[in-house]
Amino acid sequence: MNQGIDVAKIRSRGATYVAEARIAQMMKWKGIIAIVAIGNPLFYLVAIGIGIGVLVNENSGTSGTGGVEYITFIAPALLASAALTGALDEAMFPVMEGFKWRKLFYAINATPINPGQIVLGVFIGAIARVVFTVVCYWALLIAFGVVTIGQSWDVIPVTIFAAGAFAAVIMGITASVKNEDYFMTVLNRLIIMPMFLFSGTFFPLNTMPVFLQPIGWISPLWHATELGRYFSYGYSISGTMLLVHFSYLIVMMVAGFKLANRKFAERLAK
Amino acid sequence: MPESLISARGLTKKYGDFTAVDAIDFDVAKGESFGLLGPNGAGKSTTMRIIAATSQRSSGTISILGRDPEEHGPQIRAHLGVVPQQDNLDGELTVSENLFIYGRYFGLSKKFIQNKIEELLDFAQLQDKRDAKVEALSGGMKRRLTIARALVSEPDILMLDEPTTGLDPQARHILWDRLFRLKETGVTLVITTHFMDEAEQLCDRLVVMDKGKIMAEGSPLELIKQYSTKEVLEVRFGSDRNKEVAPILREMCSRIEELPDRILMYVEDGEALLEAITAKKLHPTTSLVRRSSLEDVFLRLTGRSLIE
Amino acid sequence: MKTAVEIAEERADRWGHQLYAGRARAILERAFIALRSSTWVPIVTGFIEPVLYLLAFGYGMGELIGDVDSGRGTVDYAVFIAPGLLATSAMNGAIYDSTWNVFFKLNESKLYKGMLATPLGPLDVALGEITWALLRGLSYAIAFLAITAPLGLVPGVSAILAIPAAVFIAFGFASFGMAITSYFKTYQQMGMINIVLLPMFLFSGSLYPISVYPDWLEFLIQLFPSWHGIELVRDLWFGYWDSGTLLHLGYFCVMIVTGLYFTTRRLRNLFMR
Ligand SMILES: Nc1ncnc2c1ncn2[C@@H]1O[C@H](COP(=O)(O)OP(=O)(O)OP(=O)(O)O)[C@@H](O)[C@H]1O
Ligand SMILES: [Mg+2]
Repeated sequence: MNQGIDVAKIRSRGATYVAEARIAQMMKWKGIIAIVAIGNPLFYLVAIGIGIGVLVNENSGTSGTGGVEYITFIAPALLASAALTGALDEAMFPVMEGFKWRKLFYAINATPINPGQIVLGVFIGAIARVVFTVVCYWALLIAFGVVTIGQSWDVIPVTIFAAGAFAAVIMGITASVKNEDYFMTVLNRLIIMPMFLFSGTFFPLNTMPVFLQPIGWISPLWHATELGRYFSYGYSISGTMLLVHFSYLIVMMVAGFKLANRKFAERLAK
Repeated sequence: MPESLISARGLTKKYGDFTAVDAIDFDVAKGESFGLLGPNGAGKSTTMRIIAATSQRSSGTISILGRDPEEHGPQIRAHLGVVPQQDNLDGELTVSENLFIYGRYFGLSKKFIQNKIEELLDFAQLQDKRDAKVEALSGGMKRRLTIARALVSEPDILMLDEPTTGLDPQARHILWDRLFRLKETGVTLVITTHFMDEAEQLCDRLVVMDKGKIMAEGSPLELIKQYSTKEVLEVRFGSDRNKEVAPILREMCSRIEELPDRILMYVEDGEALLEAITAKKLHPTTSLVRRSSLEDVFLRLTGRSLIE
Repeated sequence: MKTAVEIAEERADRWGHQLYAGRARAILERAFIALRSSTWVPIVTGFIEPVLYLLAFGYGMGELIGDVDSGRGTVDYAVFIAPGLLATSAMNGAIYDSTWNVFFKLNESKLYKGMLATPLGPLDVALGEITWALLRGLSYAIAFLAITAPLGLVPGVSAILAIPAAVFIAFGFASFGMAITSYFKTYQQMGMINIVLLPMFLFSGSLYPISVYPDWLEFLIQLFPSWHGIELVRDLWFGYWDSGTLLHLGYFCVMIVTGLYFTTRRLRNLFMR
């Protein structure tokens, strides 16, 4: 008999347990996560926002950034980029660890918790990190006077949603990779880096040579950034594009989850 | 007194306030096969690392081939082949590349190593895996490769920290056989193990360690003679009744050990004792008379069973 | 044929023989074998990072910024950042190789444990690893120049001197990085390295001249090794020599010597835990 072990309860709350374990794991890193959450925006805003802002202003004023100060222009983009980076960390490493490094998922899977719940649990853990990062970042933007509270609060849920969509896809992809040896380096260099650099973070995407622009179109960061700008300072954007951005992220989220669920189930069944 | 190859006096290793090895003395003679026995955390691996000149002692003295590892670490290590408790193979290389580069670390010529590799692949029965990445090997294959790797430099002293953990019975026996042959060629073996049969088979002499200290020393036979009786009677009464009958049994012989599942009674004549028990109408559910082994020595010295 | 013992005995009376067996090249040999058999993908793609930055910032950002005063004449923004990116990537690569990479091979893969159970000493391992890192840095620097030259971003032939300069500053960071790693025991402590590096590199003038800042901040930045590294490579890139160039060179000489001093002293702490 399973004395004291309520299988039905574990079944129904499996994802919560996994998420709790993930968050406990992150707490070991709480110092560093907090410093990164506050230091990252601070340094980027001062270094890039002000440093490059001066150069931009001297050369072309606000004409290249749609009429706003350079720092205002990049603030929502940096916010989105920090959120997606946090999501990447918490979606990729736990999956590598779970399947390969420490094989934790196999141990969890031997309990009544099922693969789908592991996916959801890791996802919730990633979201927790993203929420923390985004709120810290936003508070700093307010403190810097880059955005105002009333006008920009809705950038928070939108950015979190975008980061979630990214996390789902990353979980799916990471779980699909069999030989992870150099997967991280290669993914970082050939996919993540270009995505971050060519997503209209530091300058409008359309100032890039045309052949480089498609990198931005497929990048969730570009969609998140455009939405972030729209919601934080009233950047003008057409209704159609608004729909495109949201749809793209929704599709990513759904496809990411589908892939992750399938791959997790496949690998854990072996 | 044969030439002493390794000699330790008051050897101590501390990690912070914790003493892992506590002022131990021992000698290992040339050509001898010397065993370190002890429960988890006894300090066996720590002692092995100090002998292998890869860990610095905290106090005491040790000499290996007449030299101090603090002063002549590289020269000492050139004589050694080391099989650590945990495999540390090079995961970025294949099986044969692992053997090759290890030989290069010793400064050996490419030609010499190339020939040696064939011999070692046969030894480890890994010929058909020679171009496989280490990651693609099973646990036991990795272990065999680690042992083969330790032989690439033709060492005079082979340090084996739980060499057969993870090997299947056949591979274990093959390895014992190979180690015997190495010993015949004059190689000195220093072995730690949790397997009593292995210790009895392989070791000329051994020390039993517990909590960083040496509890006893001698050949397997001497130890059994000194710390145990000729025979052991194992009786089971079922877990509920064991407790009940234990006091009665205690009256009947000079030493008994109560284990969770059975009671061990140490006597010269096991059959006679069993008859006496039956005569008292205490019918054990199972009973067994066997010769004493190192296991019993171990239990006596450390109060713990090796394989629980 | 000499045996392992004879080889080791040859050096038995030399000074420092416990630390150095004179076989750092065995570590290099291992790196080449590993390159052939498994690590080539991450290594071959390693040059890509500064090139991507150059494309994004040089061409995207360049549209908004136009020309900048490099301190050595006014130049196109892409020309301004090219040497800065070269220097930054050389330094970052050296730091990664001497910190995270060393830490991982020590604690996770236990690779160094295996090496150090042989007559090799910690200095063989350290020198071998640093040399390998610098060789990679050298090939990345050459690749960077080969890519930027046809794009018209290289002002003159003398810019070829920026290649050894990049390797030189990488050496400074690598020797220091290993010394720092010897003090760290946990992943969390290692994480602090990245946190310190972020502001150091953001502020050090690879993407804009630090003259945009108030004097006090400018002064502070001028204390960072990363700023000296970037300025040194930039000077040579533009074929520009003055007392500042010498100062940057001197700064790195001191850094290399102190880094090596501490690394050597800490080698046992680092490798023989
Ligand atoms: N690097 C270290 N830092 C701190 N403590 C250590 C270290 N290495 C070993 N110890 C401690 O020293 C003691 C002896 O460890 P050692 O590995 O020598 O035991 P052992 O006899 O080999 O055990 P096992 O049978 O489990 O291999 C243990 O309590 C262990 O926790
Ligand atoms: Mg051990």
